[in-house]
Amino acid sequence: MGLTYRSSGFGTNRTDFFRGSSTKADFVVALAGNPNTGKSTVFNALTGLKQHTGNWPGKTVLRAEGRYIYRGMVFKLVDLPGTYSLLAGSVEEQVAKDFLCFGKPDATVVVVDATCLERNLNLALQVLEITPRVVICVNLVDEARRKKIHLDIKSLAEELGVPAVATAARDGHGLDRLVSAVADVASGRIRTSPCVVRYSGAIEEAVLKIEPRIRELVGSEFSSRWLALRLLDGDRAVISAVNRWLAREEKAGRVTGGEILA
Amino acid sequence: MSRAPLAAGLEELIREVERVRPIVARDFNDQVVGHIYARAESIARKVVSQKERPKIDWDKRLDDILTSRMFGFPSMILLISAVFWITLAGANYPSELLAALLFRGQEYLADLCLRLNVPWWAKGFFVDGVYRCVTWVVSVMLPPMAIFFPCFTLLEDMGYLPRVAFNLDRLFKKAGAHGKQSLTMSMGFGCNAAGIIACRIIESPRERLIAILTNNFVPCNGRFPTLIVLAGLMVLGASGSPAATLVVAGMVIFGIGMTLAVSWVLSKTLLKGVPSSFTLELPPYRRPQVGRIVIRSVFDRTLFVLGRAVCVAAPAGGLTWILANVYAGGLSLLGHAAAWLNPFGKLLGMDGFILVAFLLGFPANEIVLPILIMSYLATGSMTRLDSLESLHMLFVVEHGWTWLTAVCMMLFSLLHYPCGTTLWTIRRESGSVKWTALSFLIPLGIACFVCFLAARSAVLLGLA
Repeated sequence: MGLTYRSSGFGTNRTDFFRGSSTKADFVVALAGNPNTGKSTVFNALTGLKQHTGNWPGKTVLRAEGRYIYRGMVFKLVDLPGTYSLLAGSVEEQVAKDFLCFGKPDATVVVVDATCLERNLNLALQVLEITPRVVICVNLVDEARRKKIHLDIKSLAEELGVPAVATAARDGHGLDRLVSAVADVASGRIRTSPCVVRYSGAIEEAVLKIEPRIRELVGSEFSSRWLALRLLDGDRAVISAVNRWLAREEKAGRVTGGEILA
Repeated sequence: MSRAPLAAGLEELIREVERVRPIVARDFNDQVVGHIYARAESIARKVVSQKERPKIDWDKRLDDILTSRMFGFPSMILLISAVFWITLAGANYPSELLAALLFRGQEYLADLCLRLNVPWWAKGFFVDGVYRCVTWVVSVMLPPMAIFFPCFTLLEDMGYLPRVAFNLDRLFKKAGAHGKQSLTMSMGFGCNAAGIIACRIIESPRERLIAILTNNFVPCNGRFPTLIVLAGLMVLGASGSPAATLVVAGMVIFGIGMTLAVSWVLSKTLLKGVPSSFTLELPPYRRPQVGRIVIRSVFDRTLFVLGRAVCVAAPAGGLTWILANVYAGGLSLLGHAAAWLNPFGKLLGMDGFILVAFLLGFPANEIVLPILIMSYLATGSMTRLDSLESLHMLFVVEHGWTWLTAVCMMLFSLLHYPCGTTLWTIRRESGSVKWTALSFLIPLGIACFVCFLAARSAVLLGLA
């Protein structure tokens, strides 16, 4: 966070910056992206909140939430910490990963920097492994144009199998198309077909062995492929998160896929 | 529904994972990352095309200067000094105007009290205590803040902060701390509590603690005006001049140096270990959005910080008035406290009143100077105070300040314990009473030591 009246002085000790979650949202939208891609600018432009945006990486340490209304529906937007990857295990990554998987957002916007797309796509591909309901927001296209970089947004969308929108969030360009794409994905009007990264033979075999068991346990709630990969990676945090989720589900008395099959 | 089948299912799953893992465990992560990177590369190749490279890469040109070994530090000092100079030069006039205006208000209020037959203690408490302290906070704090924050935000918005971090990274590494500490330190310039929160970006607990413990050595919003006013006082007549700028810039650089030194000592003693490395990405420079910056920094920072200062100043002003007007044995309580602390204060190059002001200013550093002014006024003969000149009169003529007093107070303000809010934040972030106590005691010890050293050596050298 930058220095806003919310984030300095006493305000720092509030756990959630933009609380007010008492009103129900129709859809929850997560906002992910590399540091310094203008994520917070997109967040502000959509929610009208004046979260301070600063031009330095690692600014959003905490999770910020805001909401906006589109086509008469309330969207809750959750700004996740900027990360380059979801595979290394820092605190920020853990927060982002946890929310993307167990927060079950209805849609996830991955903000990527048009001036260095390749590096940003790493994160996008990792997010696609967790959740299929993704919209790619190719931000800073004005910077890219200045640097004479041309991007074929349509073919990017085809390659990734999810909608992609070009934006220049600082000037508000392309945001209308972004919210429309988000609404379509969140409400299920657009069904995405995200691309899947295939790994080497041994890994794929191992995944094949584990994935059915995961599906038995958690049903189709989460991406069983991603969970399988994380378990194979020995990610303890994911195991305990699954455990917590199972306990919660049970308390709520919901029938999980596991019970139906058992 | 029982817990058993699910728990059993999970256990079975984990057993299965353990069976399968050995086959793939070796460089699993590397393989996964490798595949993802390859895919990203192939997609990018299809999507991105760059016809012609721009002739001049301005970002790189600028970085070659601003982050070079030779010009990195000089340009940094130059930029920071420029910001201070603009603040000092610009703040003086509006400050006096505000003071004059608000003090006319005080006279009017006093008049009103007289006409309404308000009892003397009520008039004293509200007008001479609460109102006066608040007006001092406003007239002393508002102008420097209104100028300093937009300037600082401008640098931040253009993308200069990561360059500062880049320049300082090497030094922090040498001090055995994490390079990201330069970023959390920069946050501390805005607000130490925010800087402490920002320490979350440092993963290693050891380095995070170092960053937390040393964050208060950079002056925050609340202490900048104190430094600026005192510097202006030191070189009166030429305030806004390069001399005052140099003093403030020197203080800030000294604070950064102290941050590094204490980090080094901590990493060699209490928090031993090797610094972990990280990659810092230098974001592109961006054209700053001047209009938005001005508006945001005024509303988000200036008015907020001012609001908080006023909230603390009002009760503190009242309290100071009570302390100055309740007598015990021919001397006010304030006088007693100041007299009691005076020998210690003198030892540190200051006096008892200054120490009392620091103690009363514990909730928020913004009010230290206003409280000091109030307690001086309450005990002295001067009643009107509406300009920097009269402030000079009050401090120098009536209370025997020298340049050394100002320097020592600046040093103490720069180095002393973090404010109440920050300490509370440290307690929450570190989760430990011990480290919170240390983050209070270490700066306090250093502040006392440095002030003592400065005062003694100045006297011994015959400079003061």
